[in-house]
Amino acid sequence: MKIVVCVKQVPEITNVRVNAETGTLIREGVASILNPFCEYALDHAVRLKAASRDIEIVAVSMGPPQARSALMRCLELGADRAILVSDRKFAGADTWATALTLAAVIRKAEPDADLILVGKQAIDGDTAQVGPEIAEILGMPQIMYGVELSLTPNRKRIRVKREVEFGYEVLEARLPALVSTSKGEVLRRMPSLADVLSARGKVLRLATAADLELSDNELGLAGSYTQVVKVFPPAPKKGGRKVEGLEPAAAAKEIAEYLRSEGYIC
Amino acid sequence: MLKIDHPICNLCGLCQKSCPFGAITAGDDKITVDERCTLCGACVNVCPQAALSIERRQASPEELARFSGVFVWAECEEREQKLAPRKVVYELLTHGRSLADRLGQPLVAIALGDGRLQGLERLCHQGADRVICCRHELLVGYSTDGFTTALAAVVAKEKPSVLLFGATPNGRDLAPRVAARLRLGLTADCTGLAIDDQGQLVQTRPAFGGNIMASIVTPYTRPQCATVRPNVFAAEAPDPQRPVSIEDFPVNLSKAAIRTRVVERIATASEGEKIEEARILVSAGRGCGEPSNLDLVRRLAHRLGGAMAGSRAIVELGWIPHTLQVGQSGTTVGPDLYIAVGISGAVQHVVGMSSSKKIVAINRDPDAPIFKIADLGVVGDALHILPKLLDAIKT
Repeated sequence: MKIVVCVKQVPEITNVRVNAETGTLIREGVASILNPFCEYALDHAVRLKAASRDIEIVAVSMGPPQARSALMRCLELGADRAILVSDRKFAGADTWATALTLAAVIRKAEPDADLILVGKQAIDGDTAQVGPEIAEILGMPQIMYGVELSLTPNRKRIRVKREVEFGYEVLEARLPALVSTSKGEVLRRMPSLADVLSARGKVLRLATAADLELSDNELGLAGSYTQVVKVFPPAPKKGGRKVEGLEPAAAAKEIAEYLRSEGYIC
Repeated sequence: MLKIDHPICNLCGLCQKSCPFGAITAGDDKITVDERCTLCGACVNVCPQAALSIERRQASPEELARFSGVFVWAECEEREQKLAPRKVVYELLTHGRSLADRLGQPLVAIALGDGRLQGLERLCHQGADRVICCRHELLVGYSTDGFTTALAAVVAKEKPSVLLFGATPNGRDLAPRVAARLRLGLTADCTGLAIDDQGQLVQTRPAFGGNIMASIVTPYTRPQCATVRPNVFAAEAPDPQRPVSIEDFPVNLSKAAIRTRVVERIATASEGEKIEEARILVSAGRGCGEPSNLDLVRRLAHRLGGAMAGSRAIVELGWIPHTLQVGQSGTTVGPDLYIAVGISGAVQHVVGMSSSKKIVAINRDPDAPIFKIADLGVVGDALHILPKLLDAIKT
């Protein structure tokens, strides 16, 4: 049985700051990390493997050459193999072109994938679109926002407890299927020294545009249906103020007056 | 790829500073771009010499002109055994009306469900010229497969120019599926929508944790699809005088085509209103000390006619269910008023609430990041301030 986990390398947004003059992101000193939700997806795969037998986990990432480090982390955290999907021709891909490329890699290199796991969203773009788009292109059912995953005893179906607005819902889908995962009970963990050493013996291979059955006009910017036409900083917060050193009653009065002036209470 | 017109470049270096990916290097005699370039266009934007450009492909105006109409998926929810449109639908119809008028095209709502669909005339009162209604027993509850098939069928036949979804959990499940089936561009989680001079939909959304905004167009696929955050646009009062036009759209669905099965539903939400729909949210963080203190927060929320929410920290402590969690791993909210009680304001939280119209923060730590985005920040102990506040706003 085979689980493919699609992962993305992202900038650590906690440290992202904006240059006040140019209105653009300051990149210096911002680390690239494995997207946390992708890490949870990988951990869900590792848990399925621990609970069952003969499961191979393949991590796949599309990105620039340095995305290799995100895949190394996947190998350290329990993936058996990894594929870096990288080519200048992929640059500028929107979610559609990304999904088309990743689906083509899976179709070509891992056609026997039983389960595809993705993080519910990447923390840089937050679109949550690539997963469902891959599922549609590959003709698979999808279950989003999973927090607990299990295989049925005959391993023909996946059962997923997922977050919904009223609480949780348990859904089942026949394999092959795609599941996007939220955090759930999973914890981020540091790989041990043994994990790091064993990852070095694992295979991380490169797939380029030449390995795919897609034409150049389906790749990257040329294959993207959406275009970013402008990037700008959000409107600065105007007139914010901070009050300090007030007694609780005075502080409460301050808030009440504000709520009244804004029309929230009369 | 990124094209650099070297003769007109004056090596000012603005492109290097503006690149979010560090892909541009300004050397002594020319600038160079490496493989980290994602063609995001940030540099093209800032270049004072217009020396940078990105080659894009074109679509013919005749091709695009065959598509007409602003369509809105009228997501319905169960209320007292009936299926009725949810709040974000009315917000989308109000704003969609202005987009449709600008384009000189009709505004159409699409409702999917079973025989329990009701209250659809309100969609017309809210601005829709037509309502297209797919009733099928297999659309009894939301399923990705059933709803994708039905909606894609309507869209393929009707050929709208714009297709909007609320960025609700189901909207974000359905939209990429429909877009991929019909091979359409899709923009997620928009906070702004406008029509430009060429009649294109300009979609604005936050990225990089709200640190930056991007305007996005969909030049060669129709309909132009977007999911839109709830609470971004205000719904106008419905006009019961508007004519009502509801038509049935027959769809073929088979049980086998719906490949997921609901095994169990576990309700944990008891607070009633969905936090993403609340006009006023009072949100609690770890600074509230212990779960029994949440009663103060809840009372304040109710006193203001709003709902209670909370940070990831207190969800993980088990004080409140995840359905009430604001932030990147919870729900993104944008109420009229957000009162943060004992929440420090980590970026993952701020991403989920920074589009709130007004923000009041109460926190003991004067350096808490939440104060940077607060309209009114009060440094102090919420547990002492809230009881006085409840007294002060007694009606």
